[in-house]
Amino acid sequence: MSLLSSTTVLLGKELRTEFRSRELLTTTVVFILMVIVLFSFTFDPTYSESRRFGPGLLWLAFLFAASLMLQPCFLREQNNDTLSALRLSVSDPFAIFLAKLVANTLFLLFTEVLMLPVFAILYNVPVLPVLGQLLLVFFLGSLGVSIAGTALSAISAQARMRELLLPLLLLPLLTPVLVASTQVTVGLLDVSPFMEWKGLGFLVTFDVVFLTVLWLFGEYLLEE
Amino acid sequence: MTSRGFSPTGIRFENIEKRYGGLAALRRIRFEITPGECVALAGRNGSGKTTLLRIAAGLVRPSSGELTFPSVTGAAAGAASRTPNTAAVRMKASAGFVAHATMVYDELTAEENLLLFARLQGTPNAAERMEKLLHEVGLYERRSSLVRTFSRGMRQRVAIARALLHEPSILLLDEPSTGLDPQGVGWLAATLRQLRDTGHTILMSLHGESEISMLATRAIRLDAGLIVADTRTGAEVRSILTFADA
Repeated sequence: MSLLSSTTVLLGKELRTEFRSRELLTTTVVFILMVIVLFSFTFDPTYSESRRFGPGLLWLAFLFAASLMLQPCFLREQNNDTLSALRLSVSDPFAIFLAKLVANTLFLLFTEVLMLPVFAILYNVPVLPVLGQLLLVFFLGSLGVSIAGTALSAISAQARMRELLLPLLLLPLLTPVLVASTQVTVGLLDVSPFMEWKGLGFLVTFDVVFLTVLWLFGEYLLEE
Repeated sequence: MTSRGFSPTGIRFENIEKRYGGLAALRRIRFEITPGECVALAGRNGSGKTTLLRIAAGLVRPSSGELTFPSVTGAAAGAASRTPNTAAVRMKASAGFVAHATMVYDELTAEENLLLFARLQGTPNAAERMEKLLHEVGLYERRSSLVRTFSRGMRQRVAIARALLHEPSILLLDEPSTGLDPQGVGWLAATLRQLRDTGHTILMSLHGESEISMLATRAIRLDAGLIVADTRTGAEVRSILTFADA
């Protein structure tokens, strides 16, 4: 079976199991909502402060929520040793990663899009004029988070202290993604919106490099 | 359960060693299973039976030694790499593995589980094959129920159906009667007998004597990762399996 067909079948499984339990989506949405609301009430930012600090806060919330969401990614494959069944069934183990990272990107994007109006209202930031560009940054940033997060989730699932290990490995690794995504978002939410092409280019490079590394060495991460 | 047609396959373990850090799980394992043989692995907990089966399934890479499948050309236990290892892929297609865990998703129904794995394995007429197996394992009426609502025995039946989906010529079974009631053990014994009699190669780990152990044509006893007994003589086979825990 080709890589694409295997990935499609596995992606269907990922989406079906998540929409049946809604565990990850609920946790992520509630977490991001709490962070955005709590910061808004605590600091009561002015209009200019919102534009300056809001994007960083938003991406920090996305990043922490992602580390929560990515934790069970491979962990729940260990409950019944289903990862072994997948490894025995697919001809290319990269399909397992690809399906999981596409699912994670979709889940992250879904929660980000859901939280964007809440952010816009609470922080009084107009997002509609730059919605298309914002979605592009959300996509590239989320993809980067998902690629690195899915790989690290496979590593941490086999380790002791796994709950602690994933955020410890993930957050430093994703700092450049956080910085680049924030820079681009700050530019888009400016009084005179502009696209920070350098940051966008960095996100594309990060995604391509990490996806290639995962494609080359991912199989080793699944070995016992 | 019989296959539409398959090429009988044997397994050859050539000086297989497996170490986990300082612990030697398997030491100098060297034997060959001829096509159509039904081999029972016996031994205490921790003697290396599960590790040996997982190496045979291609899930664990041996620290040294080689695993070959005589009718599958090339080295099957090759290193993981981006280069497609066709022998390893064909070996996967030849073997069905039932582990101690069920290897099926609790959040999916029996039908969804079998269809998922059938599609991943590229099984022709996946839906038809899934339906046939669900009938055979006696779960057709419960096909739309989530696996998490099943008893341990029912889950084990789904696990066995999953392993048989692609009509493998080699069956690797790690204590396959786990959780099965006497009726289930009887069904499994009859299924395995039919598979053995149609030329399938079976390697299974067992605890003690049962209806299933009676099928074994050869018994191998492991102790601390070493083969300490290997026999094809009927009475000795029974003796090894009966005193496996001794």
